[in-house]
Amino acid sequence: MATEVLQTLASPRVQTATCLHCGEPARGNDRFCCAGCASANALITGLGLEQYYRLRNAAAPVAVTTDDSIDWREFSTALPDGRWRVSVLVGDMHCAACLWLIEHALQADNAVTSARLSSATQRLTIEWRGTDADAGRLVHRVMQLGYRCRPVDVSVLESETAAEERGLLRAMAVAGFAAANIMLLSVSVWSGHVDGMGSHTRDLFHLISGLLAVPAIAYAGQPFFRSALNALRHRRTNMDVPISIGVTLAVVVSMAEVVRSGPHAYFDAAVTLLFFLLVGRYLDLRARGFARRAAQQLLALTTRPVTVLTATGSVQRPASRVALDDLVLVAAGERIGVDGIVQSGSSSVDASLLSGESLPKAVLAGSMVYAGALNIDAPLTLRVTAVGPATLVGEMTRLLESAEQNRSRFVRLAEQVARWYAPVVHVTALLSFAGWMLLGDADWRAAMLISAAVLIITCPCALALAVPVVQVVASSRLMRGGILLKSATALERAAAIDTVIFDKTGTLTLGHPRLVAPDTRGQALLPLAAAMAMRSRHPLCLALVSACDGTVQPAEVQECPGQGLILRGAEGETRLGNARFVGAAPQDRDGCSELWLAQPGHTPYRFRFRDELRADAAAVVDTLRREGRRVIMLSGDHAEAAATVAQALGISDWQAEVTPAQKAEHILALKQQGHRVLMVGDGLNDAPALGHADASLSPASGMDIAQNAADAVFQGEKLSAVIEFLDVAGHSQSLCRQNIGFSLVYNLFAVPLAIAGLVTPLIAAVAMSSSSIVVVLNALRLAVFMRRAS
Amino acid sequence: MTILLLLIPVALLLGLAGIWGFLWAISHGQFDDLNAAGNRILFDDADALLREGRKHETR
Repeated sequence: MATEVLQTLASPRVQTATCLHCGEPARGNDRFCCAGCASANALITGLGLEQYYRLRNAAAPVAVTTDDSIDWREFSTALPDGRWRVSVLVGDMHCAACLWLIEHALQADNAVTSARLSSATQRLTIEWRGTDADAGRLVHRVMQLGYRCRPVDVSVLESETAAEERGLLRAMAVAGFAAANIMLLSVSVWSGHVDGMGSHTRDLFHLISGLLAVPAIAYAGQPFFRSALNALRHRRTNMDVPISIGVTLAVVVSMAEVVRSGPHAYFDAAVTLLFFLLVGRYLDLRARGFARRAAQQLLALTTRPVTVLTATGSVQRPASRVALDDLVLVAAGERIGVDGIVQSGSSSVDASLLSGESLPKAVLAGSMVYAGALNIDAPLTLRVTAVGPATLVGEMTRLLESAEQNRSRFVRLAEQVARWYAPVVHVTALLSFAGWMLLGDADWRAAMLISAAVLIITCPCALALAVPVVQVVASSRLMRGGILLKSATALERAAAIDTVIFDKTGTLTLGHPRLVAPDTRGQALLPLAAAMAMRSRHPLCLALVSACDGTVQPAEVQECPGQGLILRGAEGETRLGNARFVGAAPQDRDGCSELWLAQPGHTPYRFRFRDELRADAAAVVDTLRREGRRVIMLSGDHAEAAATVAQALGISDWQAEVTPAQKAEHILALKQQGHRVLMVGDGLNDAPALGHADASLSPASGMDIAQNAADAVFQGEKLSAVIEFLDVAGHSQSLCRQNIGFSLVYNLFAVPLAIAGLVTPLIAAVAMSSSSIVVVLNALRLAVFMRRAS
Repeated sequence: MTILLLLIPVALLLGLAGIWGFLWAISHGQFDDLNAAGNRILFDDADALLREGRKHETR
């Protein structure tokens, strides 16, 4: 990275043919591709930040000027010293130079006192002097540079997690400090046992250890004490109960030993134990927090405000704040945010995320459209008929909630073990105390000491440490493969999957149109058509452009909304658009979307588009089947469309025209037969099924509600993420089992020693540390295996 | 061995200083974003150039 930056500093690469700002092909003799980039560049040079172009090592996002009129004042908060603060989620960041540019562009404003952008959370925090009215101006400056900005609701929940994370880190630091220092003193004492250390020196060392251990445990042990008390108050027991009792008992008994000038003290074991457990707990919390934050960002960037028409103009509101009977404008290419009846305009609407139908449906005034559908052709004005929970989305959310209650009953493996482990440990410690008192004629101090040793040595370090380590390694590996793990228990639930259910549209297929390979005439016309299409953001135009390889100079065209594009040349008009627009005779529908290109003096040519299968869909289905899993396809689309896909992939087990509720029922039925089901789907109609399945995956192109419902979200066009997810889940589960098995075997050997009173503090410390290290190393094998696999 | 009476407190004080520093760093958000700091250091030159440019402007 450093060398790359230096190279770019040495040779600024400015190419004449491309846009100075974003590197897209420039328009004519202009230095920019569009007005947005020109204004972003003007802003950058105006602020004296031209160096951005030399610092960056990735092209800037295309600066699309947005007329996004979110009221940023509502998201600003007043600080006690009279300044204001706003938190913004920034999208489209590519490299560290983006960070530099955004921060400096804001700091150039005199009112701004601080602008910090976190690359980890993509969260920008701006603080300024003045009034809250400045918020919009500051945020728009960032938008003008081409970055998407969304308001962040700093939820209570999240700040609580952050505080918890910091608290654990602090406790870990204190425990680590105390553990290291006590261990130093303990090593001296242990070697003193052999070399004949004077008893006064030993007592002094024990006393210092005790003085370090007591406050350290009082502080760092709080997370465990609190959880243990909480469990006891509800008349339950959990893993934290023996931990708390063990640590407290060890310290109290050791303190008594110090006073009595005894030879052994267990301060080191108690504090080291606490330290290891805190490491495990911290890793666990971080992994969960990271996944949740990632999911929140994903959602915040995909939810768009709705444009509401008012008497004086238009205003953008979050979908939740739109009222019944409001008039709402939906631009071409925009996702519809509310349920409503079309008032004016005619267009086609892609409802594939709602119903799984792959072909767009034509809508006219009076048609009903639903939130989540994509408006393709022309602007529509809607009268809102349902908002909030009454919408189709709201109904799905309710179905989903009931599914999720079902899922929360899942008990993690570690918890299952802990359930019977905790009572066994208590009873063993109690029995060894009683046994020594009654049968072994030891005094009560020695008996206490022995039962403390039993509690310490049985402590489930493996359960507390190795499972989180496996989780962290697995989720970071998945993250690198473009899979975002959203739920902490997902890997465990996905471990024993034997049935994989796919949705069709957007899951097995790409969910957006691809050009059907054109004949020779089409090949020849493609560059011209692509050049015209470059100005439009219509999905079919985007498909045309991406089908044309080689760079194309965008042509100067006139856009006729809802109909097509016109290119004026010397010999007449060249038109690209629907059949009526170019004057072609409508053809039989063969299940393809179409765009016509008409050149003056030639018969119009028809470009056909189809929703193509993901490139590796067949291979993935094949692999799943070879691994002995049953593959099922449930689609909301028509039978013919579903049959084509099922045939192409060799899926014999499929159903078409399935309603969302039927999908969920299907999964429940399979679960009742004892199958473990993985659901892969992207649409609103999949959401309840995603919630009911044992584990679920959703592509990042899916609807927000589906991504919300799924355990993990995968990016990119490759379906092989499904296999990787299942692989990693399987391997991490077997590692967890191994680790738990190891710790049980370890206890089998260590506990009799402890009960026999043979475990000195030295043995306790060595046994405990080595068992922890072994399970961590075993967990790290996951990283090694996966490096080999990739 | 009386030197221990000096050395142990010294060692503990140094350790305490370290842990105090670490706790300070945690509560001041030093660990909130570990990637950005590594990248920002690469742009120090650019910041210096920027400051110089501004100085020239104000003259």
